[in-house]
Amino acid sequence: MKIYLPLDSAAVALGADELAESLMFQAQARGITLTLVRNGSRGMVWLEPMAEVVTDAGRMAFGPLTLADVPALFDDLAAHPKALGLTDDLPWMKAQTRLTFARVGVIDPLSLDDYKTHGGLAGLTLALAMDKAAIVAEVTNSGLRGRGGAGFPTGIKWKTVSEAAADRKYIVCNADEGDSATFADRMLMEGDPFTLIEGMIIAGLATGATKGFVYIRSEYPIAIDVMQKAVKIAADAGVLGTSVLGSSHTFNIEIRVGAGAYVCGEETSLLNSLEGKRGVVRAKPPLPALQGFMAKPTVVNNVISLASVPVIFEKGAEFYKNFGLGRSRGTIPLQIAGNVKHGGLYEIAFGLTLGEIVDKIAGGSASGRPVKAVQVGGPLGAYFPRALFDTPFGYEEFAGKDGLIGHAGLTVFDDSADMLKQARFAMEFCAIESCGKCTPCRIGAVRGVETVDRIAKGDASAIPLLTDLCNTMKAGSLCALGGFTPYPVMSALTHFPDDFAPMKEAAE
Amino acid sequence: MLDSVDITSRLEEILSAHKGMEGSLLPILHAIQAEFGYVPQVALPIIAQDLNLSKAEVHGVMSFYHDFREHPAGDHVLKLCRAESCQSMGADRVAAHAQKSLGIEWHETTKDGRVTLEPIFCLGLCACGPAAMINGKLVGRIDEARIDAIIGGLK
Repeated sequence: MKIYLPLDSAAVALGADELAESLMFQAQARGITLTLVRNGSRGMVWLEPMAEVVTDAGRMAFGPLTLADVPALFDDLAAHPKALGLTDDLPWMKAQTRLTFARVGVIDPLSLDDYKTHGGLAGLTLALAMDKAAIVAEVTNSGLRGRGGAGFPTGIKWKTVSEAAADRKYIVCNADEGDSATFADRMLMEGDPFTLIEGMIIAGLATGATKGFVYIRSEYPIAIDVMQKAVKIAADAGVLGTSVLGSSHTFNIEIRVGAGAYVCGEETSLLNSLEGKRGVVRAKPPLPALQGFMAKPTVVNNVISLASVPVIFEKGAEFYKNFGLGRSRGTIPLQIAGNVKHGGLYEIAFGLTLGEIVDKIAGGSASGRPVKAVQVGGPLGAYFPRALFDTPFGYEEFAGKDGLIGHAGLTVFDDSADMLKQARFAMEFCAIESCGKCTPCRIGAVRGVETVDRIAKGDASAIPLLTDLCNTMKAGSLCALGGFTPYPVMSALTHFPDDFAPMKEAAE
Repeated sequence: MLDSVDITSRLEEILSAHKGMEGSLLPILHAIQAEFGYVPQVALPIIAQDLNLSKAEVHGVMSFYHDFREHPAGDHVLKLCRAESCQSMGADRVAAHAQKSLGIEWHETTKDGRVTLEPIFCLGLCACGPAAMINGKLVGRIDEARIDAIIGGLK
């Protein structure tokens, strides 16, 4: 008997480890030889912990499981109270276009054989036969843009590093996924770590870099563990090392762990952190592509950007480019979170409207109350009201509505949310996490909290002051922390003025 | 608290294990905290000398990052996510309950030294919030009852 049960953080946080123990114990008691594979999550977090039993018809899903549901998994499966049917037939799975996440939840994350059987290393094998310029051109043609949030064309970044002359170059993977509502990097690293490794090696071939770092936040203990094991396995198998897949190319990867600073998700502070310094933002220029880690040319890419590279090579740039809308090409792993009925990871071509995502895919709020606002793009993203639910999911489309898609995380709030409180939190968070370099961010955020408090007390004259402060922060900060904190604040103020109405408490 | 002789001998081993590593200060601080549960301040000048940095630079790095503690934590560390997705599911209410039942604020340790309460900004459990981490173990969908069970279950 073969059962898949995720090792994914969300599944574990909901009891997967205890279930695994119980499954092994119950199988043994019945004299059944059980192969238990700890896989990644399929992304249906509301069904976690979700086990899949391998049957002749395919993998059958069961969830959300409790310990009491375990014994029945050894009886008539169709009669199991938590039976969901075949995983591939579930509506959530069927409607997706899984390119980057094709293997997540399907394979054993730490089996290189399983990885190869499901198309792994095909992209790298093709890339090894290409020259640097051709590899860069392929990525450029795919239209891939930085999935970390900035949306900078990946191919152009690679070209800059590729053409820079230096004795050493680096590939740095930004796995400091600190935005609330985002967990795609975590799920990818936990569920299909070799894809990230493969993407990094291809980036190395394209640029001439021979060393890569994955900077993972310390809040992700399981992802760190899986990545460390995967790098070891890849090195032992000759995928990494002085002869990548038997070629003359060298590439090595080292896993580094962050230390709880949100700002280190910004590429230049990440580089400082990686160098062993305080995670203070650097001014640009010089670009990291020319002077990055240890002042050497460095590619800094998000996990999802790098993990999308293998499939682009395997299936071709044209294939990838054909998904999406406008200048947002390919697929995007939406992370649907917060107060939602169906939360989790949903990979689809760009272009769905916000309303389709929230009402149809997520099924509305978990509380059953009306959805009031959706924060898109993490703590630095704008709050969207229902009136803007027709906005199509794309970089330019969201920017056009004074928002951003960021790392494609969506936090849904029901009508119990107080948007003044959310605006205050945005400023408070910025004050806690500011690296301190830029005054508008360091001091402005503290003044911002005080100003929101004045508004809460009924001082309407503080509203223009808050607007002015936001403009100063936006224009006077080097990075997105100070520069984008105005997005949640101003969107809350603009779209939900009632929550900022003077003397609202006194009037009630 | 450990005495400085214990610390310096173990510290030498940690430093030599990180020789030649590019940008080794964070890995060194992580290793020290993993070993002692905090970063003893007597270690800073020794690290500084080893890495050819000033003591102020090492102190600056250590104090910049939320993860590194100057003093030992309580026997158990309870971290509660304060980020937006968890807020949308009632994290503020759950945190207020935890603070009340422990009788402490953020970053404080109960008088008996048993529990330290800390905020954390995102564990990546945003679709099953509110989320918590107790002694390194992840917990999703917490509520007041779950907090009581967690606190009650601590030895």
